Amino acid sequence: MNLLNAILVGFKEIWAHKFRSLLTMLGIILGVSSLVGMSALVKGMENGMREALVAVGGVERVRIEQADIPAEQAHLADQAPGITMNDVYALKHNATLTRLITPEMRLRNVTITRGGRHATPFIFMGTWPSALEMNEHEIQYGRMFNEIDDESARSVCVIGTEVRDALFGSPEELGYDYNPVGQQVNIQNQVFTIVGMFKYYESEQDRRRRLAEQARLQVAAMTSTNSAGGASRDRGRGGRGRASWVFRVKNNTVYIPLNTMWLRFRTAAGTNNTPDPRLTGLAIKVADVDVLEPAIEQAHKALLRVHNGVEDFSFETQENWAENIASAIRNARMSGGIIAAIALLVGGIGIMNIMLASITERIREIGIRKAIGATGTAIFIQILVESVVIAIIGGLAGLVTSFGLVHVLTSISPTDNAPEITFLSCAVAFSFSVGVGILAGLIPAFKAARLDPIQALRYE
Amino acid sequence: MALIELRNVSKIYFLGGEEIRALDNVSLDIEAGEFVSIIGPSGSGKSTLMHIVGCLDSPTHGTIRLDGVEIQGASSRELARIRNRKIGFVFQFFNLLPKLNVLQNVELPLIYSGVPAAERRRRAMDALKLVGLENRVRHRPMQISGGQQQRVAIARALVNDPRIIFADEPTGNLDSQTGETILELFRDLSRQGRTIVLVTHDPEIAAMTPRRIEIRDGRVAPQVNPKLAGLDRFPAAQAAGANTPV
Ligand SMILES: Nc1ncnc2c1ncn2[C@@H]1O[C@H](COP(=O)(O)OP(=O)(O)OP(=O)(O)O)[C@@H](O)[C@H]1O
Ligand SMILES: [Mg+2]
Repeated sequence: MNLLNAILVGFKEIWAHKFRSLLTMLGIILGVSSLVGMSALVKGMENGMREALVAVGGVERVRIEQADIPAEQAHLADQAPGITMNDVYALKHNATLTRLITPEMRLRNVTITRGGRHATPFIFMGTWPSALEMNEHEIQYGRMFNEIDDESARSVCVIGTEVRDALFGSPEELGYDYNPVGQQVNIQNQVFTIVGMFKYYESEQDRRRRLAEQARLQVAAMTSTNSAGGASRDRGRGGRGRASWVFRVKNNTVYIPLNTMWLRFRTAAGTNNTPDPRLTGLAIKVADVDVLEPAIEQAHKALLRVHNGVEDFSFETQENWAENIASAIRNARMSGGIIAAIALLVGGIGIMNIMLASITERIREIGIRKAIGATGTAIFIQILVESVVIAIIGGLAGLVTSFGLVHVLTSISPTDNAPEITFLSCAVAFSFSVGVGILAGLIPAFKAARLDPIQALRYE
Repeated sequence: MALIELRNVSKIYFLGGEEIRALDNVSLDIEAGEFVSIIGPSGSGKSTLMHIVGCLDSPTHGTIRLDGVEIQGASSRELARIRNRKIGFVFQFFNLLPKLNVLQNVELPLIYSGVPAAERRRRAMDALKLVGLENRVRHRPMQISGGQQQRVAIARALVNDPRIIFADEPTGNLDSQTGETILELFRDLSRQGRTIVLVTHDPEIAAMTPRRIEIRDGRVAPQVNPKLAGLDRFPAAQAAGANTPV
């Protein structure tokens, strides 16, 4: 008896008991769909977290900040130079594993005004044009300031969308997306020209929701001819946790050239009428995550030399964050996996139960088959195939169901990250269901194969 | 060398310490082409004998040669193969698979011997023509009469061209007229040279076969002249006959 025949017989048997088979499959369907659904939720969660991590520059980005001098070096305190442009040049020459270096000179509590309106950006800093790449910014209107702007310390700035919204009005307010390039604003009472504006940053989930809302509004507008302005943006207030905060901070950013910052805002702070040359910090980006450790080591050495051995700086990586994400994902996967495994186990027990009932029902049939020459192996394969066919159909149905399940989950809790069904989870869930089918079929198949033909024929 | 050789075959069941000798030291030969009936009262061990010779069951003692091959001690896989290729069974209760149609039922032994689908169909159709059921192939067993079901079972027994056909009370579940057509079918098969072993408790049926083997309490009774078949109803004659050598 070849496999194809066995499969055909299996299908017939399942078709002959449609309702019973469906009930049996239910366990597998639940197991597979919960496994795929769970992993889709976790994947969505992971996507949201990683998105935020990338938005701050990814794991490759490392900040170097001024730090307290260690106790054993306290006597060298007056030799501590702080973080200066010398560090930037030293890193440029000696830290070969570092791909990008951006000096940062920040100013806090800055007020920007225009007309009667004002804004207080979360981040106001003087930096190099490379800050654009360093901090994963993208320009929507105009341009980033360039080296010439920096060299000649021009009073130009690039602003984030929320700053624009505060000064010129948001799209919801105006009904269109205002382009602030070329406008002049007062920063701490000094006139600056806006040369560029970043794009609006939001999580993928927020973006999708906003687009859906927009589509809905457009339909509403078409039907009622009552234009309701642009689609409303979530200012991050509705969102929760670190992820949405990241996007909010990014939208509340103003960059000016480093030299401009130094000359315009540091003059008063310096001694002997020279501006304070110290930077708030540096950001470096390593060439590859794999060399993060050696790159930091290298940068550390290069800086120590410039700092005369005084360790008045520290490195701040995103590794912790990345690790937190990884462990959160691991935990979520684990608990989801356990639930799905239990569901699959229950499904497997259901299959085994029904297969045992089925062979008891068919003892006479098995006896007849044996009398006309079926070997134990042939019977074994027939029963096993039947069990696996149930599991396979259940598995496929489970995959279909999981798409529906994910849909339902998304509509129930729309503030969570959009679940994403991965091919891997489908493959894993499906192969698990087949495995469960095989395991569940083994014992019934073995029992059927071992039936004594005479006793089976006599069975009533 | 005979097609079937039994030497000192016993089948003993143990039920709660009690020993039941379903077959007790049976020795007999059946030649190729013979048409034999096995007759005896209920519980005498006819079916047990047929099952053991038919490789469905194994003896407690003794040796069996089937077509020159010793079958005691063969693995269940080998026994299945012998049943499949060399033996055809016809049962009292037809034993067709209710979910399969007539053609599929007849094809079943060929599936287990790995015959390709087209040839399977052709041979099953040939066997069904032989029993005159070629126009009922799509029917389910439940949709045809008992006699027709038994003919399907005979077609199934024939389809693999076996050396021996065993029939256990093939007419036991049929009215006498239908039973007669089935027996006629067996006579035809016998005339074609097939070896047939027919188990029955009906002396009239047994009387039709050239050779009769009588079983009593698990033993082969001495051969009786078929013309005197009626005599074995009388205990005295039986007792007298028991002393005559085989
Ligand atoms: N599995 C078993 N366990 C115990 N005893 C058995 C078993 N199978 C058969 N027997 C006994 O063996 C004896 C022979 O049984 P068998 O079925 O061969 O009789 P039979 O001649 O075919 O009778 P019938 O004409 O009623 O079919 C009986 O006494 C029966 O009780
Ligand atoms: Mg019997």
